[in-house]
Amino acid sequence: MPFVHLKQIEKHYESDADCVIALNKLELAVEEGCFLGVMGPSGSGKSTLLTILGGLCHPTNGKILVDDIDVYGLSSEKRADFRREYLGFVFQSFNLIPYLTALENVMLPLAVKKMPVAEKKQRAIEVLGRVGLSHRVGHLPNQLSGGEQERVAIARALVNEPPLILADEPTGSLDIATSREIMDLFKQLNEEGQTIIMVTHNDENRPYFDRTVVLRDGAIDSDSARAPKAVAQAG
Amino acid sequence: MRLETIAFNNLRRRKSRLAFLVAGLLIGVATVVTLISLSTTLTEDVQNKMENYGANILITPQSDNLSLNYGGISLGGISLDPQEIRQADLIKINGIRNYLNIAAVAPKVLGALEVKGQRVMLMGVEPDKEFKLKKWWKVNGRPLEQDYDLVAGAEVAQKLGLTVGDKVEIAGETFTLTGILSSTGSQDDQILIASLPVIQRLLGKEGTVSLVEVAALCGDCPVTDMVNQISEVLPGTNVSAIQQVVKTRMHALDQFRNFSFAVAAVVLFIGALVVFVTMMGSVNERTREIGIFRALGFRRSHIMRLILFESTVVSLIAGFLGFFVGMGMTHLILPLMTDNEVSLHWDPLLGGGAVCLALLVGASASFYPALKASRLDPTEALRAL
Repeated sequence: MPFVHLKQIEKHYESDADCVIALNKLELAVEEGCFLGVMGPSGSGKSTLLTILGGLCHPTNGKILVDDIDVYGLSSEKRADFRREYLGFVFQSFNLIPYLTALENVMLPLAVKKMPVAEKKQRAIEVLGRVGLSHRVGHLPNQLSGGEQERVAIARALVNEPPLILADEPTGSLDIATSREIMDLFKQLNEEGQTIIMVTHNDENRPYFDRTVVLRDGAIDSDSARAPKAVAQAG
Repeated sequence: MRLETIAFNNLRRRKSRLAFLVAGLLIGVATVVTLISLSTTLTEDVQNKMENYGANILITPQSDNLSLNYGGISLGGISLDPQEIRQADLIKINGIRNYLNIAAVAPKVLGALEVKGQRVMLMGVEPDKEFKLKKWWKVNGRPLEQDYDLVAGAEVAQKLGLTVGDKVEIAGETFTLTGILSSTGSQDDQILIASLPVIQRLLGKEGTVSLVEVAALCGDCPVTDMVNQISEVLPGTNVSAIQQVVKTRMHALDQFRNFSFAVAAVVLFIGALVVFVTMMGSVNERTREIGIFRALGFRRSHIMRLILFESTVVSLIAGFLGFFVGMGMTHLILPLMTDNEVSLHWDPLLGGGAVCLALLVGASASFYPALKASRLDPTEALRAL
């Protein structure tokens, strides 16, 4: 049974003049431990897919099962709990809270969890260590470099030990060298068993993925998992 | 790290925003504290001043006759009832329920005696009480101090040709005229005043008094209650309230209080508005942040708690500071509003009230912004995603 299963997902955006179809009967199954790259040109529906996967935006039609939980069958508050327990977000522009230190930013997802404060802190320090930031715990985001901010964001996504990490263009605002470091970090996490779904339009990231899905006009244009089959059929 | 830590750090690390929020509420609370403490202190001051307008309760012997005198015009001679009030009974006044509200009890004995060939009204008084009660008396010379001191009303002094320092013989005893009252335009101009025991002896009325004036200082208890209480302990007397005096006092104080409450309410409303607008602005400015919180798995209730906790901290600070600033303002303004030496009261109740008020206004002004924040659509909030 796939860990993440999107069933016939449709998403329409109604505007005054017309109706934009962002996702069109999208069907996708992701196994546990997979590092999935979602690629495609702008407007292909990548970001919409990620918001829907993240339980942040209702699809117009269709169902999403994560670990056999019907995400949009949950109430809004239960969905918040689901995000906390199942998902780690790494946002495009890091989205760190400016008035919290690196350590506090990492502890954010634990803030609403019932757990001794000392344990929360210890966990956050441990995760910051994993992303190589043990020496920067007390710094505010504006005192950190872009790469360091990204690492804090990754640490924050990891601190809750979520089964699934959703990353949106995590290398979008980083230079090439830093991008590689970050992608290496993701790969390392994946090798430790972490399931990751990453949206990117950077082709250089492709080699890191176990599987790459390319979207076009809200539907799957190509899927590396199915490619051999397609080649076989063609052959 | 808990929710409170987030709110606390937000306030701590964005000091200018905190200062702005606190200032809005502080101005409101400080104004309310200033107006209330000013009004309380001034009310006391006014009460003290009104004491100068004399007694407001009169105790007279019970009489079956109707009084034949009005406004100083007397029809018929001086008619004194044979009945008098026993001086020893007056101590009972101290036993009434509202005795703390009694500022002064001034007994006096009245009688007519021949002085320098003319019949003159003599009044025996307890000097300290009488002169305290009648602060409008201006004595040329000095008031009564010893037993054989005498103070004369303006008219009687003129008619008898008396000057300060004269020896005056009354019923075979010699008094020294120590002072003459400035003209008051009342019966007081017509009398000679000396100490109570001496006059009682001269008139043969030892142990009795003709009349007792009582000054009752009661900001909020009805004077009629006190009249009833005195009547109960002094049977056989007529106790009446000089209603006019009481009502004028109360009216003046009420108006002052109403005015200050009205001003306080307006200022507080403006303070609440400032908090509301700032909180609303802060929610809009933090839309993205709230989106992140939601994406990280914060419930709506967590967001509400976060915003309300912040406003509680702001309100607490504003409440405490507002109280002290308000008291400081009162301290500065008070000398401009009264000539008397008035001491500032540090009322813990007012302090507690100020903090509660700040909390109430702060919470109600930020409730809607908090609700709005919690209802933000996370995708709206995270456009970048």
